Amino acid sequence: MKAILTAHNLASELVTTIWTPVFVAIFLAIIAYAFWPRNKAAFDEAARLPLREE
Amino acid sequence: MSQPSISKSMTIGESGLAVVFAATAFLCVIASAKALDAPFAFHAALSAAASVAAVFCIINRYFERPAALPPAEINGRPNYNMGPIKFSSFMAMFWGIAGFLVGLIIASQLAWPALNFDLPWIQFGRLRPLHTSAVIFAFGGNVLIATSFYVVQKSCRVRLAGDLAPWFVVIGYNFFILVAGTGYLLGVTQSKEYAEPEWYADLWLTIVWVVYLLVFLVTVIKRKEPHIFVANWFYLAFIVTIAVLHLGNNPALPVSVFGSKSYVAWGGIQDAMFQWWYGHNAVGFFLTAGFLAIMYYFIPKRADRPIYSYRLSIIHFWALIFLYIWAGPHHLHYTALPDWTQTLGMTFSIMLWMPSWGGMINGLMTLSGAWDKLRTDPVLRMLVVSVAFYGMSTFEGPMMSIKVVNSLSHYTDWTIGHVHSGALGWVGFVSFGALYCLVPWAWNRKGLYSLKLVNWHFWVATLGIVLYISAMWVSGILQGLMWRAYTSLGFLEYSFIETVEAMHPFYIIRAAGGGLFLIGSLIMAYNLWMTVRVGEAEVQMPVALQPAE
Repeated sequence: MKAILTAHNLASELVTTIWTPVFVAIFLAIIAYAFWPRNKAAFDEAARLPLREE
Repeated sequence: MSQPSISKSMTIGESGLAVVFAATAFLCVIASAKALDAPFAFHAALSAAASVAAVFCIINRYFERPAALPPAEINGRPNYNMGPIKFSSFMAMFWGIAGFLVGLIIASQLAWPALNFDLPWIQFGRLRPLHTSAVIFAFGGNVLIATSFYVVQKSCRVRLAGDLAPWFVVIGYNFFILVAGTGYLLGVTQSKEYAEPEWYADLWLTIVWVVYLLVFLVTVIKRKEPHIFVANWFYLAFIVTIAVLHLGNNPALPVSVFGSKSYVAWGGIQDAMFQWWYGHNAVGFFLTAGFLAIMYYFIPKRADRPIYSYRLSIIHFWALIFLYIWAGPHHLHYTALPDWTQTLGMTFSIMLWMPSWGGMINGLMTLSGAWDKLRTDPVLRMLVVSVAFYGMSTFEGPMMSIKVVNSLSHYTDWTIGHVHSGALGWVGFVSFGALYCLVPWAWNRKGLYSLKLVNWHFWVATLGIVLYISAMWVSGILQGLMWRAYTSLGFLEYSFIETVEAMHPFYIIRAAGGGLFLIGSLIMAYNLWMTVRVGEAEVQMPVALQPAE
């Protein structure tokens, strides 16, 4: 039996499908942030954070 | 600099908490009197006694303390709060020894079943959750709370948030352990693996955990250091995810508010899926994310080298977050769980190879330029070997999640061997390494009492782990192969008892390995005790040199 197309069904279909590309996009953005050349100095500084505390 | 004299009065936290505990004591006395079963009566009475003790401690502390609360800074430097950290470190060592000892007892019971002495309280079925909870939640949990409170203060350069709240977290958490552990011995359990405590213990843990989250978050928010260090991200993921898992897996309806028995809300395969969504992410976020936070702070600090790649640590973190949460179904291969869900769990488990090994490489390569320290510093060696074990067990885990491999390995001792290479090698050693660093720092000592004893601990425990895991590998694969062996006529070749007999020598080797691991922890406890008792105090920056204000 075919499911009846209602606004609710459509919305839940969309929500259960769309998270894959959304999560992939977020993850790609995080990779871009991590490798952005301008962030390098700040990250190199952060890598030393445990060493420069009083 | 003299403090302006202020009249001493109780803070809202002190008076409020004292009133709440007084009311709790009253309610617990009533619950104890109306209890439907003896364990519930015992736990209610225990809670009443603990609540009265809490009221006494709060009031006593108020009379002992100076009028002003401890300042956030002294002479421009953060006034770090070490009390709760010391308490948790001590409890970690105590529960560690208890947990390893119970592990040795149940390993011996498997080798020589007569050792259960036909007493209900020390049956394998009751001691096994006592062992797992004692090592994971009591030992591991206290290590995580102690190190997280230390790392968040140091890397944010700010005093821990709250006055009574951090104490509420560390004592409340250990009281949860006490209730859960005594419950197991008395037969109180909701029979969910790693989530055995009954409804009232679960509710108490929820309150404690929310306060833990608040203390950690508020400390991060108050930070003087603009950047949030990566270890804090891992700790935060651990705290938040454990809260979500705990609430998701444990909704239950008690038979009576005056009884210990409850029924879980989920049923059938949904319950199984919830259980292993919880169970595997407890591995991922309690036993992995939390201890990776330790790796990212303690290894650079001890090796005196920066993190190999901070970029990799960011990707490591987010890849773990995105992938781990889907791996749970691999615990339910070839069950009533839909096939696609099993395959999904397997696929995500295999993908976890990448962040796991990325993290391992990041931890190991942090030593580049300092490899020689492995020769001279047994504490650093312990930390680094733990990361190697992390790499080993996170290679083995995804392999075992492959359905074909799982059809051989599941329900056999191979699983036990895998878990212990992670638990003893990774979680155990990284915790030992962290405590060996943390105790001298928190108690303000120049160093450990004896590095030689650390060396002994390292080798005795390593030998124990090797005995343990190799015995379980051989035993597990043998067991799996015997179970699936058919004769030429299509009958099963071995009866079940024949497979049990074949395990016997390996069970003795396993118990010997566990015994060595326990001996190592006793050496450690002595060393830490002596560090605190007779260790030379670190010379403090002379306060008198500060310009007068």
